[in-house]
Amino acid sequence: MTTIVAENPINLLGRGIRNFFCGFGGLVVFMTRMLVSLRRGLPRRHVLVPILYEIGVRSVPVVLVTGAFIGMVLAVQTYTQFKMMHMESRLGAIITMTLVSELGPVLAATMLAGRVGSAMAAELGTMRVTEQVHAISALGADPVSYLVVPRFIACVALIPMLTAIADAVGILSGWLFSWQVLGINPHQYWMYAVQFVTGWDVMAGLIKSVFFGCSIAIVACQQGFHCGAGAEGVGRAATQAFVFSFIAILGMDFLLTVVLNTTYYLIWPQAVSLAITGAW
Amino acid sequence: MGTPAIEITDVRCVFGSQTVLSNVSLRIAAGETVAIVGESGCGKSVTMKVMMQLLRPTSGRIKWFGNDAETLSTAERQYQRLRLGYLFQGAALFDSLTIYENVAFGMRQTGEQNEQHIRQTVLERLDEVGLSQDIVSKRPSEISGGMQKRVGLARALALSPDVMFYDEPTTGLDPVNSRRIDDLIHSVRQSRGVTGIIVTHDLRTVRRVADRVVMLYPRNKLQNDVEQIIFDGSLTELAESPDERVHEYIGDEFDTNTPGEAATENRPPLLKSA
Repeated sequence: MTTIVAENPINLLGRGIRNFFCGFGGLVVFMTRMLVSLRRGLPRRHVLVPILYEIGVRSVPVVLVTGAFIGMVLAVQTYTQFKMMHMESRLGAIITMTLVSELGPVLAATMLAGRVGSAMAAELGTMRVTEQVHAISALGADPVSYLVVPRFIACVALIPMLTAIADAVGILSGWLFSWQVLGINPHQYWMYAVQFVTGWDVMAGLIKSVFFGCSIAIVACQQGFHCGAGAEGVGRAATQAFVFSFIAILGMDFLLTVVLNTTYYLIWPQAVSLAITGAW
Repeated sequence: MGTPAIEITDVRCVFGSQTVLSNVSLRIAAGETVAIVGESGCGKSVTMKVMMQLLRPTSGRIKWFGNDAETLSTAERQYQRLRLGYLFQGAALFDSLTIYENVAFGMRQTGEQNEQHIRQTVLERLDEVGLSQDIVSKRPSEISGGMQKRVGLARALALSPDVMFYDEPTTGLDPVNSRRIDDLIHSVRQSRGVTGIIVTHDLRTVRRVADRVVMLYPRNKLQNDVEQIIFDGSLTELAESPDERVHEYIGDEFDTNTPGEAATENRPPLLKSA
């Protein structure tokens, strides 16, 4: 019979902190290796194109579906609240603003982390376990250049496009639902959308998405490259790739929102007074 | 003795709290075929991966053809590494690539040859290991384990290495395929003068292809100051070793009256079809 001994909470906390810093340090080292490899040169076309297709083109359907639903959900959720204040005609503004600055980038990144991040970690983990990564080294190639750099480039280059697709589909589905089901005047929907959402909001969302793409690629590839032995190790790497990417996405979303908003108000100080007095 | 092809000095490898290798030193002369044997977990494969620099030792020095592998520039290390070939235990073929692309991989990475020359080399290497051209468009999962090993060998030979590492080349193969791999190892040495380092549990393979045997003993079963290499010598010396631990491993079946090369030479020619 196995006896489970409760561990001292201080020890547990200490180990947790140590593991966090070790994991973070590992990520930084891995990212540095990747950047050094990236500096040596871009991957060859026949290596990069299939990865671009897998990460970009094959992610479009899932981004379309989630974008469409989130646009409609936003319309449903905000309609009742806005109607109470007789402001339902301004649904277009809140849906568009929420999508381009927050939900579009975060949702596209979450979908990418779930669909592509886990798959990348599992694929690289399997290659590690079956010695294919060593085989790349043995054949005179750099595994990081061959496996990680193209995935990093694909994630970083394509996630802004996936975000733009999620934004566009969400706004369109929100418009369609507001117009056809909630009876909102389509002209007002678009008028307020254009009036309240600035180019900066769109750019801020896309800038965030680039950082999300970086974190997904680095976390997923690092988990795959350092996965434990056997099927269990590969499975754990795939799960951790998603969980850690998701945490990174949310953490970075918060930090980037603070940084980008601060930057915005530094560049255009008059916007602060508008925000305080309320443009609504 | 001239410059050894591979030399490791005082190599120590620690994984977590486990010491796998402790102060292991080994010189492999150019042209010889050395078998590294020992019970599971004694560090045979780790030793070979350290020699190839696929694993970094905790301490110790590795020399390739007289050059310290650690102090070589990136370009020089890349060049020197291409002189070393490696046949992995599970062949380690790239799942997502065809057999042709697998064998061509190393040549394409160097970027020194045109596609026509690469194609010719791929077909020649496949023919050398007894595989037909019909399989070039197949994926590794579509061919048998024995064929995968031979493709792995063709892939390594495509870069014309001076030293070949064989990691348990016959493990998991039936006797016919085991003999076929042994014959290939032997013929690679005969036709190309390639230095061979073989990690194996299969004493028949040792008998057939090796001219020197190195036996490792698990570090955790030894006192701190005891040498981890418990035997280093010829096949005859192995059979006559007074060390109990050597005999415990090789048992009574080790018969040096059937030396490798003679036995191989008397065997029927290598099958050329898959």
